Amino acid sequence: MGSLLVQEKDIIIPGEILAEGMDYLPGENTYRENDKIHARVLGLVTLSGRVVKVTPLSGPYVPMIGDKIIAKVVDITMSGWRLNTNTAYLALLNVKDATTRFVRKQEDLSQIIAIGEYVIVMIINVTSQRLIDASMREPGLQKIVGGRIIEINSQKVPRIIGKKGSMISLIKTHTGCEITVGQNGLIWIKGTPEGEHKAELAIKIIEERSHLSGLTEAMEKYLGETHDL
Amino acid sequence: MIVNKTLIRELAKQGKRINMRSLTEYRKPITIETNISWTAEGSAKVQIGQTVVLAGVKLAIEKPYNDTPSEGGIMVNAELVPLSSSEYEPGPPGPKAVELARVTDRGIREAKAVDMKKLCIKSGEKAWFVTIDLITINDDGNLFDAVGLAALAALKAARFPVVDQKTGAIDYKQKTEEPLPLLKEPLPVTIYKVNNELLVDPTWEEENAYEARLTVSADKDGTISALQKGGEGPLTISEVAKMVDLALEKAEFLRVELDKAFE
Amino acid sequence: MTYKKRLDGRAFNELRSMEAKVGVVPNACGSASFRMGKTWAIAAVYGPKEMIPRFLADPTTGVLRCHYNMMPFSGSGERIRPGSNRRSQEIALVMTKALEPVVDLSEFPNSVVDVYVELPQTDAGTRCAAISAASMALADAGIPMKDMVSSVAVGQVDGMVVADLNYNEEAYEEGAVSDIPVAMTHNTKAITLLQMDGEISKEDLLKALELAREVTEQIYELQKKALKEKFPK
Repeated sequence: MGSLLVQEKDIIIPGEILAEGMDYLPGENTYRENDKIHARVLGLVTLSGRVVKVTPLSGPYVPMIGDKIIAKVVDITMSGWRLNTNTAYLALLNVKDATTRFVRKQEDLSQIIAIGEYVIVMIINVTSQRLIDASMREPGLQKIVGGRIIEINSQKVPRIIGKKGSMISLIKTHTGCEITVGQNGLIWIKGTPEGEHKAELAIKIIEERSHLSGLTEAMEKYLGETHDL
Repeated sequence: MIVNKTLIRELAKQGKRINMRSLTEYRKPITIETNISWTAEGSAKVQIGQTVVLAGVKLAIEKPYNDTPSEGGIMVNAELVPLSSSEYEPGPPGPKAVELARVTDRGIREAKAVDMKKLCIKSGEKAWFVTIDLITINDDGNLFDAVGLAALAALKAARFPVVDQKTGAIDYKQKTEEPLPLLKEPLPVTIYKVNNELLVDPTWEEENAYEARLTVSADKDGTISALQKGGEGPLTISEVAKMVDLALEKAEFLRVELDKAFE
Repeated sequence: MTYKKRLDGRAFNELRSMEAKVGVVPNACGSASFRMGKTWAIAAVYGPKEMIPRFLADPTTGVLRCHYNMMPFSGSGERIRPGSNRRSQEIALVMTKALEPVVDLSEFPNSVVDVYVELPQTDAGTRCAAISAASMALADAGIPMKDMVSSVAVGQVDGMVVADLNYNEEAYEEGAVSDIPVAMTHNTKAITLLQMDGEISKEDLLKALELAREVTEQIYELQKKALKEKFPK
């Protein structure tokens, strides 16, 4: 026996009961106490067969191997750079992971990437203490030059990218901008100032309405309609 | 919080801003509410864009200073609380908060905005002392202008508390209808120089890209009561003249907004 | 027992009018405003972020750290000298203890989650309003939590067990008064904050706690509504 007390896409607060009885299974961001499944975070209910999970609507980014993130250089060490990832944890970018060319021992690393500059990197390792190793050697990874960087909540990143990149492609097409979305919520936009501003506004709207359905259609309409500033 | 310094400076050269406002436009909305705190003798909340600040006026009866026995006094205190930004830490006011407080203070004091003599109750013995506390709720830039507006609004909204005539004790829970003796209404406007262009009302991001700023505090008739230059870069005399002109023009705009709160 | 009708006319189990709103400090990871009568608390959450000073970092879990401050013009009498004092330090401590049991920071070792509460005006029950606001702000920030925490001051005024004492009741001079700030989780009504000052009999204390159990439900409903209102359809 068991009963589901919520529906798909319901907004749920921490502690709220999602289901009773042993028929349902506690998925991500839920927990079971006795025979009840509770939400563990503010978010949206997602049902997947018998698994009840909650998709957070806000919350900190948890660094994962393979994630592409945008980070800021905060320190230069003997062997590389230390990066602020917009989380509680710093990332280390080793010189050998930053470039394919040979870097001489005494070379001034700040000439390659200086403190305060931003980079697009990939997370290649995360220790149990959450120390992060990053690499910039894959294609698409680079030091950021030009354009602007904006910040959104990392939980909204999947919505900004969209299914198979549909949402982000929509924004790119309508604004003429190159856009790189970091999994940690930092987004690099590069185009004309007007295009960048339009893209920024569009992304903020998606962030605000991420819990609603029909968003792709709504954004198509919005982007098609806004005039160039 | 991200700062796109290079972009902001590049755009300024073209007379543009990162969020497409004009250089001399204030953010919308500007909202000014008074009497937001029942425990203050006068208070105000000012919101410019996403910057939100509170101002509270407290009155107390104290012995006048020796050198001004027939006058009351005024003091301005500002706190940049960690609630309002990840940039601030708990603790006593740092240089930024102190500058904010002192510039706002000078604007009011040097304009002789409050009639200190009318604050005197009994020469040499008792006078009213006014303290204005400025607290940030969300710092998204241009605190100078926001707190200046809030301080003035709070002063205008303030009313003396009831004083027991026999014991001289203040009953803070009851207010009279009597406002503070305000002679002038000084208002600060800060002009920022970004890549040699002048702009007003920067967001927090834009504030991190300026080379110099000038706060001009003036009364309704354009008499300047305080100036404060900030920033690492220098200013020429002609730049100062332009900044003062722009500041006086913008002050008129802000006064219209302020008047709305008192209709 | 002379206290038959409450000073402001409320029923013994009636809370003052309340107002809750989420997302009031855009710079913060999560924030909330909570009003209980004339007491108004604004809470903002920053974190998880790097714990500074480092020696306070816990390698097994993130650390919750609350801060409480009454604005200089928020007291019912004279201006309050700004800055930390023993009272605000103690309140910050009990606030942290009231929220720790529900907050789960095990996924964020060596980090800190700071909760700042500022009060622009007060009329008793400040730590309770602060805790209710902080609980909403933490949920707003997406911090993993087992449950919400709701808080109210119950107690007795001259023999009458009441909920949500205001300043005048706390300061009531014509009889014994007991002021009992309580915080409870929603699902199990577990008590995470309990303090008392004044005088009370054991029977009345238990009555007061039962009353708290009952009225915190109303606070919870308001908190829930405010959090859901952030996401309009």
